[in-house]
Amino acid sequence: MAVTEKAMHATNGHTSPPASKPADGYTIIGSRPVRPDGVDKVTGRAIYGADVRLQGLLYGKVLRSPHAHARILSIDTSKAEALPGVKAVVTGADLPTAADKVEDLGESAINLKYLSANILAHDKALYHGHAIAAVAAVDSHTAEEAIGFIEVKYEVLPPVMTVDDAMADNAPILLDGLRTDEMGEMGSKPTNLAKHFRHQQGDLAAGFAAAEVVVERTFRTETVHQGYIEPHTGTAQYNTDGQVTIWASTQGTFAVRNQTSEILRIPVSQIKVIPTEIGGGFGGKINVYLEPVAVLLSKKAGGKPVKLVMSRTEVLQATGPTSGSNIRIKIGADANGKITAAHAELYYEAGAFPGSPVGAAANVVLAPYAIDNLQVDGYDIVVNRPRSAAYRAPGGTNAAYATESVLNEIAEKLGIDQAHIRLINGAKQGDRRPDGVQHTEPIGLLETVQAIAESDHYNTPLTGKYQGRGIACGYWNNWGGKSSATAVLNADGTVSLNEASTDIGGSRASIAMQFAEAVGIGYEQVKPRVGDTDSVAYNDVTGGSRTTFSTGMAAHNMGVEMLSQMKERLADVWEVDAVEYADGEFSGGDNHISFQEAAALIYKTGEPLMVSSTVFPRSFGPGFSTQLADVEVDPETGKVTILRYTIAQDVGRAIHPSYVEGQMQGGVVQGIGWALNEEYIYNEKGQLLNGSLLDYRMPTALDLPMIETILVEVPYPGHPYGVRGVGEVNIVPPAGAIANAVANAIGSRMFELPMSPARVLEAMKE
Amino acid sequence: MAKKVMVQTVINNDDTTFVCETRQTLLEVLRDELGMTGTKEGCGNGNCGACNVMLDGVLVNSCLVLAVEAEGRTVTTIEGVAEAEGLHPIQQAFLEHAALQCGICTPGFIISSKALLEQNPNPSEHDVRLWLAGNLCRCTGYDKIVRAVLDVASAGQAKAGA
Repeated sequence: MAVTEKAMHATNGHTSPPASKPADGYTIIGSRPVRPDGVDKVTGRAIYGADVRLQGLLYGKVLRSPHAHARILSIDTSKAEALPGVKAVVTGADLPTAADKVEDLGESAINLKYLSANILAHDKALYHGHAIAAVAAVDSHTAEEAIGFIEVKYEVLPPVMTVDDAMADNAPILLDGLRTDEMGEMGSKPTNLAKHFRHQQGDLAAGFAAAEVVVERTFRTETVHQGYIEPHTGTAQYNTDGQVTIWASTQGTFAVRNQTSEILRIPVSQIKVIPTEIGGGFGGKINVYLEPVAVLLSKKAGGKPVKLVMSRTEVLQATGPTSGSNIRIKIGADANGKITAAHAELYYEAGAFPGSPVGAAANVVLAPYAIDNLQVDGYDIVVNRPRSAAYRAPGGTNAAYATESVLNEIAEKLGIDQAHIRLINGAKQGDRRPDGVQHTEPIGLLETVQAIAESDHYNTPLTGKYQGRGIACGYWNNWGGKSSATAVLNADGTVSLNEASTDIGGSRASIAMQFAEAVGIGYEQVKPRVGDTDSVAYNDVTGGSRTTFSTGMAAHNMGVEMLSQMKERLADVWEVDAVEYADGEFSGGDNHISFQEAAALIYKTGEPLMVSSTVFPRSFGPGFSTQLADVEVDPETGKVTILRYTIAQDVGRAIHPSYVEGQMQGGVVQGIGWALNEEYIYNEKGQLLNGSLLDYRMPTALDLPMIETILVEVPYPGHPYGVRGVGEVNIVPPAGAIANAVANAIGSRMFELPMSPARVLEAMKE
Repeated sequence: MAKKVMVQTVINNDDTTFVCETRQTLLEVLRDELGMTGTKEGCGNGNCGACNVMLDGVLVNSCLVLAVEAEGRTVTTIEGVAEAEGLHPIQQAFLEHAALQCGICTPGFIISSKALLEQNPNPSEHDVRLWLAGNLCRCTGYDKIVRAVLDVASAGQAKAGA
């Protein structure tokens, strides 16, 4: 039985774009203008990482380990070096000795020794695809041929692929120097367990004793990849004066600068990172992979620029992924459905080096609910898979999948509606997160649950035997981070806005809109530009859902400051005490001029006008999302089809609603892929079997219905316009919502992601 | 160095002659030899559609076509989609519908959508989703892309009926 075209919730014929009008009380915010970089991106003119073209450019290729776990006995590059057209060959031996210290150079902390060893393996290959050596040549075909001539002798070691493998007695050890950080105490034995930490509140035993129903379940989720369509690239030139220029497709130019500086021991003052457009990141373009290698190759090649571009297989083998995990959740509730106690144990696979997102997962796992008695245990475990990288609300999807599944089982046992149990337990202002952090400002979780409960979707019954419906909630902390920007008033009344948050999805627009709103000028008068690391002060990555929040805050501040300075200048020119500004007009004494006229007058009568702002907001509004999924299961094949999907998300204040909806829809569809199709498949030797986009199957347009969005706005009081980050929380609930829908459809619950057809068929037999 | 071959083509209505190795793909020649970097490489093996171009009016993955196969044929790339008076309606619709986020898949989607509407000017939502299933987008969840294409189609229908 195939799901018919009609069963999927289709458009009702309404296809014209939504009206672009500002929100109540605003002139710009809430409207939907076209992004400043839009024309370049629909005409092919925009320059992405691989599009960089330079005189004398050399092309590089990386040789990668065919083994998941092996000691490197020797590397002989002589034959590759002798190949005509080869200009440079580098290995781990060309890297300076890295310091054994932990630093946060992007979005998460890592030991610099591990960072260096991930760029080019030092003494061991720790995953299939680990970089071993690299070549620069006159063209990519010659470089490809040359890496085939590099001879590496390996001593192959047994691979350690999962939590269970890594924690087994006598498990092979990946990193000789690793010791367990056991709740702050360092262990003495070699281990694959990098860290165990715990959050506790209340009295767990008393809470479970008070429960009417207790459900305890163990879940397994597989490794998945961010799946950005642009493969990693890196282009660099090491000039003979020691100055380094890097062209990077990255979420953070300063993160690239800092990591390259630490890995290569070059001062940051000698490195300039120029951002290209970036073809998707989702957290996966914060860690550097290629840029320092390109610098080394360029230096060896006498200063010629070198470009490295990964193939899709390399991207899947050696970058990205987020952790597979084993998760045990135990929740107790009283007869009314109120949670009395909860215990979560999170075992996350970090990949080859410590640093899985289990810390963030521990904050997400029970966060939508107010729970007096709880314990969360987090475990960070190394395995022979690629070093895990941030992926949109890192760690959150796995954790929420487990919690939301157990919560629905409790609701079913107690005969309580799945939306209602979330209203009973939902967190609100004043409640605490599992790690104790209090929500001191208003939060919108309950509003999102209410929005779903009242939606047309929730109030439209299902119609088929194998159809099911599921709800799930999700939380994400969001982030503030450091942002810097300058704004130049031009004589024609336009403003050049220079910032350094690389634009992955329309942030030039959302930043320019906040500036325009603050100044009271048109959006088209603001010309935003993403600059290089020499053009503004330090700026954190585009990540943590921070860009529209923090860089937008800097834009707002600059708008206020520019108006203030313009008033002062006009007061001097007009020789009046005070100048007023309202409705786009400056007035003082008998003088009344427009913003544009004021800009011209200021330009003529004195020094040019430029303002700047640097911000580091320590507090920021968390995001919550509640999602509703309808599915239909094909009982013959086990294939799950999404019939209808609705997202309600607290967005604080939507600066550009279309771009906010896009974030919500995109995050959910990544979550749908995670829930139903996507997984890393390794053979017994630890070699990745599905390193292509045919076999690592991400959702296509044909797999999906329209994704309905409900924008809930509970403004965050710490931001001038009430903005909350919107990029990440949307990916937290989908696997839970779909798991609940599938359980509802087939009458039995599954405990493993992805819910691929074979697994669904198996579950239907039970 | 492999022996090079001269290839005569028409690219975006311009007579274009290039010299390439027989192992080079059309994608590689467009990007690296001709500097036409609007056509993107997402996978290199025909799975993602980012490199879509039209070859004699047929939609192809340029990563799966050898450059020498373009001899005597016409190629349309994203650089040739905009019209003299401005953007093509599909390009305009992508902007107004916010149908792109990072934009790396956008050239492929626009070429693919253009090919669809040329052969089926009045597609259903299902038709659009089926046709675009060969183009991967990881940012948008496809919702706004599908709406943009349907919008262009319905505007085209309105014009045809007027």
